[in-house]
Amino acid sequence: MITSLVARAIDGDIRAAARLMRLVDDRDPAHNEAMGLIYPRTGRAHIVGITGAPGAGKSTLTDTLIAKFRKDGKTVGVVAIDPSSPFTGGAILGDRIRMADHALDEGVFIRSIATRGHLGGLSVSAMDIAAIMDAMGKDVVIIETVGVGQDEVEIASVADTCIVVTVPGMGDDIQAIKAGILEIADIFVVNKADRDGVDRTVKDLEMMMELTARRSGWNPPVLKTIATSVAGVDELVGSINSHLEFGKGELREIKRNARLFHAAQGVIKERISAKLSYGNLSKAIADSENNPYKAVEILWNTLLR
Amino acid sequence: MSKIRILVAKPGLDGHDRGAKVIARSLRDAGIEVIYTGLRQTPEAIVATAIQEDVDAIGVSILSGAHNTIFPKIVTLLKDKKAEDITVFGGGVIPEDDIPFLLQSGVAKIFTPGTATEEVIEFVNNSITPKSSAIA
Repeated sequence: MITSLVARAIDGDIRAAARLMRLVDDRDPAHNEAMGLIYPRTGRAHIVGITGAPGAGKSTLTDTLIAKFRKDGKTVGVVAIDPSSPFTGGAILGDRIRMADHALDEGVFIRSIATRGHLGGLSVSAMDIAAIMDAMGKDVVIIETVGVGQDEVEIASVADTCIVVTVPGMGDDIQAIKAGILEIADIFVVNKADRDGVDRTVKDLEMMMELTARRSGWNPPVLKTIATSVAGVDELVGSINSHLEFGKGELREIKRNARLFHAAQGVIKERISAKLSYGNLSKAIADSENNPYKAVEILWNTLLR
Repeated sequence: MSKIRILVAKPGLDGHDRGAKVIARSLRDAGIEVIYTGLRQTPEAIVATAIQEDVDAIGVSILSGAHNTIFPKIVTLLKDKKAEDITVFGGGVIPEDDIPFLLQSGVAKIFTPGTATEEVIEFVNNSITPKSSAIA
């Protein structure tokens, strides 16, 4: 059953692919076997991450990128992540609103998912869903993270190309040299570039880059865009393609391995936390006279069994 | 850990989505994952989106008077795509007299102005189950 669902999804059956993504997102037991069939077929798509603060324009930028990639004859998958309510578990997934023009384009597959409590900017299922899109043969898979703050940098390890979107007036040059999100960009985008202070923001970022030791030899460009009027988007796609070209070979292999590592690590974490039920943990805490460190000692051995 | 997913859709030309947003928000508060299409969507785009997102139901808000055309169109398109397992319900400015026809066309439920959001949540919880456990 699951084998045929995977086969249909890879063949391009939209319903099957969508249902497969559902199994993966729900962590249905069948997803383990399904992903075992999917991962060997991945590695062809260019995985592009888009991250930045809420309201910076990630979705609108994604919309313009889809249009440009399609014009260049590429097929596109999009994984768009929005937050789940920490209180009810519900969510409003509204990234698609900005991408409505592509609803009927068969070369575009957009999937909205909720974080479901996962921290780091993605969801537990996000990279699995991206892998399904890769296996379906999408040329580019864009992962739009949840709106992030300073420290949600998970996307950096799993995207071939990581775009950090900011807007003018988000802070001074000290903000720009802080650790975290600004370190992970392969490409910086200062969106809403028709606003005051854009040149200052670009300069702060460029100065920050000058001080940064490069690990790969790639110089992250700082680009200005106005996503709503598509200004600067051609240059952005140019940079994305240059970065793809730059990464060919070793870097791409490193990123691909990082994705596999990330997937395996995710599954391990899930299995551990499944065993760490609230009941087990509170019992261990009670048994250890309210000492959380001692409780861990009690639990650890049973966990690894 | 399966969750109900609902597409809140706003077809046609009316540009007023306060109602759709109130419903989306109430569903969110009931623990449901809501995908919102935004304004002025065609039935074709709504159905394509519902399939890509693998939703359990589409909640349609129509204030323009086009309900007798748009609802049956959505139901028919879902059938064409073999996606008739996706429940269609809706609300908006819809005269009582038109409701029997819509229900007959395959719409599961129509809510009229003044409906309490609790009533919508109750309908969703009672008649919509997440599909993931049943493999298509």
